[in-house]
Amino acid sequence: MAIHKGRGFAAINYPIGMNLGGDPSQALVHSNPDGKFTVALSAIDLGQGMKSVTRQIAAETLGVPIEDVYVDTADSDTGPHDMGSFASRGTHRMGNAVIRASEEARQVMLEAAAEELEVDAGDLVTDGKGSIHVRGAPSRSITTMAAAQAAQFRQGRTIAGRGIFLVPLSEVDPETGEMSPVTTFAHAAMLVTVEVDDETGEVAVTDMQSAYEVGRALNPKLVEQQLRGGAWMGMSHAAWETTEPYYPARDHGPEDFNTYLMPGPGDLAPHHISVLERPAADGPYGGKGPGEMCANPVLPAVVNAVYDAVGVRIDELPVTPEKVLRGIQAMGGAKPRQAL
Amino acid sequence: MARTPVTFNLNGSPKAAFANPGQNLLDFLRRDVGDLTPKFGCGQGTCGACTVTINGQTQLACLVLAEAVNGQDVRTAGGLGQGATLDPLQESFMDHFAAQCGYCTPGMLVSARALLDQNPRPTRDEVIEAISGNLCRCTGYEPIITAILAVAEGRERA
Repeated sequence: MAIHKGRGFAAINYPIGMNLGGDPSQALVHSNPDGKFTVALSAIDLGQGMKSVTRQIAAETLGVPIEDVYVDTADSDTGPHDMGSFASRGTHRMGNAVIRASEEARQVMLEAAAEELEVDAGDLVTDGKGSIHVRGAPSRSITTMAAAQAAQFRQGRTIAGRGIFLVPLSEVDPETGEMSPVTTFAHAAMLVTVEVDDETGEVAVTDMQSAYEVGRALNPKLVEQQLRGGAWMGMSHAAWETTEPYYPARDHGPEDFNTYLMPGPGDLAPHHISVLERPAADGPYGGKGPGEMCANPVLPAVVNAVYDAVGVRIDELPVTPEKVLRGIQAMGGAKPRQAL
Repeated sequence: MARTPVTFNLNGSPKAAFANPGQNLLDFLRRDVGDLTPKFGCGQGTCGACTVTINGQTQLACLVLAEAVNGQDVRTAGGLGQGATLDPLQESFMDHFAAQCGYCTPGMLVSARALLDQNPRPTRDEVIEAISGNLCRCTGYEPIITAILAVAEGRERA
């Protein structure tokens, strides 16, 4: 009886968003009388940081400080339509919608400022610090707050913008079935090391090395946070989580957190992450979005590592001790693929 | 039903409210006392989202009868910060991105604070042990462990 070490590799292409009904996201942006901006979205932040990223995108596009932007995702009844936060679509779809809405609002803001400064709006630039000035003449300047107040109280303008992002429908070729289901792919590669106990069938993931290509990482700390947590969830899906741990009969199925198992803080594997940035042509400032892709490569990599360690090819997830043991018994003992 | 008056200290301030027979501390704190920082996760003592301390010991509020805290000292995540001044653990959780959806965070913070109060220089294994009763679905735990160790090792503010 022994512990067998194995390594497994997997590489994935992951589509961002989907192609159903154009996969639309809408955004509305408007300024308040204090010169700060509100972005209204109906997709919600699940904790992945969508509010932070759309706030960055809006501030960058409007040309105002990030502190001057508030992202409101309060209510899908009163907000603009959105398909939702899923399919790793948030940064890409909502981000693009926010850019368009912000561009429209920015144009009105510049027109309001131009009227106050008695110049052409096309000659105005923003400094990203709360001021608008004539290109090449920083002293000919007005604050975004003054421009917003002039628009609101003197000019009768609404500094506002609408944005939508819609994926062009891809027709299916009747002859070949060919189509373009998505506009952007993210990519990842994952190498895991496992230890398999051939007496108990238990699998421990002991190391993860990954490279994720996410377009431009619009907020690198949030990207890393998602990758780290997502890969943990992938490890959990690979070797732990199931509603049917033993047999198809659900009599023994887990009912609570005592029996629906997930790795805890004592079951972590060191995870070495490399983020590769290849900005997407149609992404907001090149961003794609990590999303579900964080978890996906871990599952096949673990399965391959178990095969490498003991020669058992698992084709049904998760890789439970029972399946590993049955596989080892069927082969008359562990058959390591290589000596590490 | 006869309701029982319960007088206790919550985060250093005296509180009094009536508890229903059989009412657990989590429900009592949230409904009758108005402290929403202990979260309802599983209601059966397996997720740790409702972790509080009673006389300095971590307890799962969903498993404690409200009446049992009469005369006791109860602390929740709501008492960690003083006004605008956050507990160093709260600062560290932000600095290390130790929260995503945030639902486990109050319980994690209470467990971590109780650990550091009893053992200001815990090892990584002791940190893991201390939060092993707190489930987190988002972070993969590593940022939480890092955030707690950063405070323990004095690398964090204050």
